[in-house]
Amino acid sequence: MAVTEDIKIKPSSEELLKTGPSRAPRNMGQIIRFLLLFAGGILMVMPIAFMISTSLKWPHEVYNLNFIPDEPTIENYTYVLEDGRFYWWFLNSLIIAVITTICSVIFDSLVGYTLCKFRFPGRYIIFIAILSTLMIPTEMLVIPWYLMSQQFGWLDTYWGIMFPGLMTAFGTFLMKQFFETVPDDFIEAARIDGLNELQIWWTVAMPLVRPALAALAIFVFLGNWTAFIWPLIVTNSVEMYTLPVGLSSFGDEADVAWELIMTGAAISTIPTLVVFLIFQRFIIRGVVMAGLKG
Amino acid sequence: MKLYRDLTIRQKQIAWAWGFLAIPVLFYGVIRFYPTGNAILISFQDWNLLGERTWTGLDNYTKLFSDPIFWKVFKNTFVYLLLGTPVSLVISFVIAYHLDKTRFMHGFLRMLYFLPFMTSAVAMAWVWRWFYQPVPIGLFNNFLASLGIPQINFLNSTTNALPSILAPAVWAGLGFQIIIFMAGLRAIPKSYYEAARIDGVSTWTVLWEITLPLLKPTIVFIVVFSSIGFLRIFDHVFNMTTQNPGGPLNSTKPLVLMIYQTAFSSFDMGYAAAQTVVLFLVLLVVSLLQLRILKDR
Repeated sequence: MAVTEDIKIKPSSEELLKTGPSRAPRNMGQIIRFLLLFAGGILMVMPIAFMISTSLKWPHEVYNLNFIPDEPTIENYTYVLEDGRFYWWFLNSLIIAVITTICSVIFDSLVGYTLCKFRFPGRYIIFIAILSTLMIPTEMLVIPWYLMSQQFGWLDTYWGIMFPGLMTAFGTFLMKQFFETVPDDFIEAARIDGLNELQIWWTVAMPLVRPALAALAIFVFLGNWTAFIWPLIVTNSVEMYTLPVGLSSFGDEADVAWELIMTGAAISTIPTLVVFLIFQRFIIRGVVMAGLKG
Repeated sequence: MKLYRDLTIRQKQIAWAWGFLAIPVLFYGVIRFYPTGNAILISFQDWNLLGERTWTGLDNYTKLFSDPIFWKVFKNTFVYLLLGTPVSLVISFVIAYHLDKTRFMHGFLRMLYFLPFMTSAVAMAWVWRWFYQPVPIGLFNNFLASLGIPQINFLNSTTNALPSILAPAVWAGLGFQIIIFMAGLRAIPKSYYEAARIDGVSTWTVLWEITLPLLKPTIVFIVVFSSIGFLRIFDHVFNMTTQNPGGPLNSTKPLVLMIYQTAFSSFDMGYAAAQTVVLFLVLLVVSLLQLRILKDR
């Protein structure tokens, strides 16, 4: 009987991630397991590590197998940045990722909240309609989006790059799930206190789902920062490229040396790696929440 | 304002709800549903973006199904799926299973495995492309040469190129799958394992009879999620074969790359739209089949 009861208790995502105190391995089997996992982990980060190490090497050293550069230099970074294009691409990517993240966090949670806490005619249809868009791959939409952008003059503009990502069905669904955990009594009490519905959503419900908002924000930001196919289609001029599109065209130029490509790759990767190292616990919890609820 | 005050509480609720939904409904209508319909419509037309749009019925589809390149691309797409999904599933499960049992430096190891997930596919495609270069340049071949092993032609061979491109895609997704697997493993109640230990069952039997069956929801999620990713592979292929996208000899070209080239290099919009409809159907059928098969067992 105890077993069947156990299944019902769903551990929270917090509990699923507890690392617990670090305990030294106790027997030979555990030592071997740790060493193999450690070797695997080093192998996993090797491409990233070599990208960074190569970006710090002088040209004559680039094709050596040594990992630590003999004389580290930031020459490659100054060269790539002096060229000017990476400044633009970095700025474009940042602006686009920040705006789309803010926009989709606000709208996804507003729609999720409405679908979760309001009873109104059409609710079920709206929910199913939004959910069904999850089945439609972006690639099917890029041709109509391109035609639309051409017609309205959105090609090669920030708006053109951003408009498809201003709301996400995944985020709406995720937020709806999390607003279920907000007790209706809180909302009712706020209503009696004379707050209007917009104030209730923003000041009562939103602070209660902050972890979910953070998880969503991280996913949307990462998705837009690394997005490739749509920005590739919608931009024509070099100044409008985002980092991935820019890096792709930069790498394709015939005379570009590999250490410079590695520097460009490092410039587009290091920001997300730094964000991860700072908010590590937060991000991993977000992955689990999204994976379990989404 | 008087109008609003006269409403009943329930009517006010409805007004607020639709007020909140007004912009999103417009967005989903204009940016999601209208383009979906439009893509299907264009797939029945012949249109090169400049000239007239002419109605051609099923011509684009018959042309597609009799195009040998399409079948080559279709096969490639499924090779990405059938190679990528099982390989990443097995590797990520093995790592998650052992990582879950390791308490020493657990957080640090988890970080190492998760880090690649935070990278951009385009940047990493270029890093791996450099690794794959022939001898004086590429890291892998330099390493092989230093051991005295003959070098491998990674990207210029019709047989090696596809797995070489798939490798970074699998690599980048592992961290995500490991985290999901570990969460799934933690969610299995301890009492099962205690009962098994009292009965003196071997570790192997515990794995096959308890862990894997109870992990089924997690496995279903990862299989469906990663399959969709591999069927839509594009960034890695495009960036690792920029001189000849999808090459050599179309041996690495997936469906999404064919769509991109048909639409934005040849500007054959109707033909490209027909390919996107096929992609949509492939994704739909594969996801439904997987859910069906995996849920039943």
